[in-house]
Amino acid sequence: MLRYIIFAPLLGAVINWFIGRRLRNERFIGIVACASVGISTILAFYLAFNSSGALGSQQPIMDHLWTWIQVGKFRADFALAMDRLSGIYALFVTFVGFLIHVFATGYMHGDRGYYRFFAYLNLFMFAMLTLVLADNFLLMFVGWEGVGLCSYLLIGYYIDKQEAAPAAKKAFIANRVGDWGFVLGLMLVFFMTGSISFFDKPSLGVSSALTAIGSMTPDLFTWHAIFAGGITSVAVLLFIGATGKSAQIPLFVWLPDAMAGPTPVSALIHAATMVTAGVYMVVRCNAIFTHAPTAMFIVAIIGAATALFAATIGIAQNDIKKVLAYSTISQLGYMFLACGVGAFVAAIFHVMTHAFFKAQLFLGSGSVIHGMHHEQDMRRMGGLRKYMPITWITMCAGWLAICGVPIFAGFFSKDEILWKTWSANSFLPAGFNKALWFVGAVTALLTAIYMTRLMVMTFWSGERFHGAGAELDHDDHGKHGHEPVASHQPHESPLSMTIPLIVLAILSTIGGLVGVPYALSSLAGGHPANYFERTLEPVVAHSNEASTTGEATSGVHWLSPPPQQVDSKPAFGPAHESAGTEHATTAGELNRERLFTLISVTIALAGIVIGWLMFQRKPLRQMPRLLENKYYVDEAYDAAIINPIHVVSREGLWKIFDVGVIDGFLHTLGRTIVDLGQTFRYMQLGMVRGYAAIILAGALIIIGYFAYHGAQMLMK
Amino acid sequence: MVPQLSWYLALSAVLFTIGVVGVMVKRNVIAMFMCIELMLNAVNLTFVAFSSFFRDLSGQLFVFIVMTVAAAEAAVGLGIIIAVFRNRESLDVDDASSLKL
Repeated sequence: MLRYIIFAPLLGAVINWFIGRRLRNERFIGIVACASVGISTILAFYLAFNSSGALGSQQPIMDHLWTWIQVGKFRADFALAMDRLSGIYALFVTFVGFLIHVFATGYMHGDRGYYRFFAYLNLFMFAMLTLVLADNFLLMFVGWEGVGLCSYLLIGYYIDKQEAAPAAKKAFIANRVGDWGFVLGLMLVFFMTGSISFFDKPSLGVSSALTAIGSMTPDLFTWHAIFAGGITSVAVLLFIGATGKSAQIPLFVWLPDAMAGPTPVSALIHAATMVTAGVYMVVRCNAIFTHAPTAMFIVAIIGAATALFAATIGIAQNDIKKVLAYSTISQLGYMFLACGVGAFVAAIFHVMTHAFFKAQLFLGSGSVIHGMHHEQDMRRMGGLRKYMPITWITMCAGWLAICGVPIFAGFFSKDEILWKTWSANSFLPAGFNKALWFVGAVTALLTAIYMTRLMVMTFWSGERFHGAGAELDHDDHGKHGHEPVASHQPHESPLSMTIPLIVLAILSTIGGLVGVPYALSSLAGGHPANYFERTLEPVVAHSNEASTTGEATSGVHWLSPPPQQVDSKPAFGPAHESAGTEHATTAGELNRERLFTLISVTIALAGIVIGWLMFQRKPLRQMPRLLENKYYVDEAYDAAIINPIHVVSREGLWKIFDVGVIDGFLHTLGRTIVDLGQTFRYMQLGMVRGYAAIILAGALIIIGYFAYHGAQMLMK
Repeated sequence: MVPQLSWYLALSAVLFTIGVVGVMVKRNVIAMFMCIELMLNAVNLTFVAFSSFFRDLSGQLFVFIVMTVAAAEAAVGLGIIIAVFRNRESLDVDDASSLKL
């Protein structure tokens, strides 16, 4: 049944591409697109939650379609698997994807490429679900490339927009750099274990590569290990792949430019789903990463650095979508920070809540852009809460969620990441995880500030779209096939757009309650458990096990604390796991965790207050030029990488190699043949006696040759 | 005086050379044609001579083949000559140098 989850969107894409383009009927196209994703959503929920569903059982649900490649020992199946991790992913990908499809039917209304847009969007869902549900590295890579392709197609969707095509190319090329790492990592996994499967499949004689690596001795924490070709090399190479897909330093530059695509695309691909594929892959391979302390160290550093770096840029951007793009990069950095300290569950939790609130914020910004007649500059907005009340209220939910205000979804996940970072038993010099925590906390503060700035500039403060913006507006209008509207009055969006906003706002508000940590929920009495952690525990459990065996060899225990053991039955999963172990949480630790929760709430509120005070009066406050120009990273890349490549290509490869060597060789060859032909032409005069003479000459030469040799033979 | 093999070969070589020189020198197609026949028969002579001296019949077998082919060649060649003559009213080979009729 699993196969229908991925093939329903593919069918939708095919129908829209071949039939939708003939009919050009928006209603038909919209229904096909939404229904195909809707089918996936229903199937995903059924498979995840039914009595023997993926989230409840230890065994993943498998669906083996066919053996794709079999060469010698190498075997790649076209097979799908839904375990607890991919189950959670499939759930939010299909559900958020469905809402965004519905939103897009309203947002893209009147666009010439309506059928094209939805065909791409459905194709993306197919690729993303293939990525998530794949049961081996290679099929995952197919999905990985598929989402990259769809991302390229959708970023470049507005073919008449100047910046769309270069942005699409940039995204594609930056991802290629990452894919290089992924492919090498994949090969190295096969080289080390002889398998590329994620799961054991005894009936097919396939054993899991991850289990195999999980039973190896962990690498030591040395820089040398990165190049040793062992587990650490695998982990680092895979992480390079993740930095490309998930827009981390140094490959993050494509994501802000990707905002040239339509806003639903930004919400679906560049915020909620595709960019979290890197996190998914790292968590899926947690057995590899927990055996490679150096790689974990790099993951944590890159994650924290990206989080802080992107947050500081986000604070100075004026394009509403650019702010959200940098915010996405920053939040992805958080997730990698969590992975890097071994808090894989927290990372996935944040992926999920982030999908809710960031999709909400992006769709909200889409609604604002739609209502403002394709105006994206926040300097020409302001005071919109009067005109777009639903968008305003729903965006407030997303805003409070990302800031980390209690009860809202982002609070629980972000708080958990920060706490796990602080409490991780680091293998690093003492206090290093405290430094990481500090970076995370500063980022949280900045997040609250820039999101408050965004909300203030958009919905509060004075209305700035009447005066100065008016004449500037004209050159923006009619760009995307929308006729210029006579009145510049912003308007609320239609129902097809506001309903997804409302649903996502509700999820942003309560979606975090599935993962309330014990330290907080126990305050309310009873014996509550952290449902989310319970559910995902088996997926990362074997790595915890492995790390304890690794402890014996390497002498360090450096993962984040294991899920808290409480005296209640787990929400999902077998009962025996709840039997108390020596990891029982002490009261002191619980109190410390509560204290940290208080700290992060304070940080969030402080950020909101600072943001409000800074920007309520002066929304157009001049931001530092360095930040406004994104630290000149694009310029630096241009100067350091792109320009040299351009110069070498133009001066070296083109003018010397292509013109000189390749063209030169071919021209010389051609000229030689022409000259030879000119010579031989004189042999063909048409004179019969001439031909006879040539034959005679030939005969004489051959006879002479044999006569000469014969004479020499006789001489001996 | 018993005839030696070398006599036959020498005669054959002389005949062949006359044939070659004739093809080179003559411009009349018919004459060239006759010279070609002369060369073929010179070769036939060596075949027969060798066959008789080595007591091996396969040489004479070859002669029959050569004669058959020469007959076929004469038929085709004369046909071509007549076709050329009808078009150009000349038997001079140097007139027929344009590779088409």
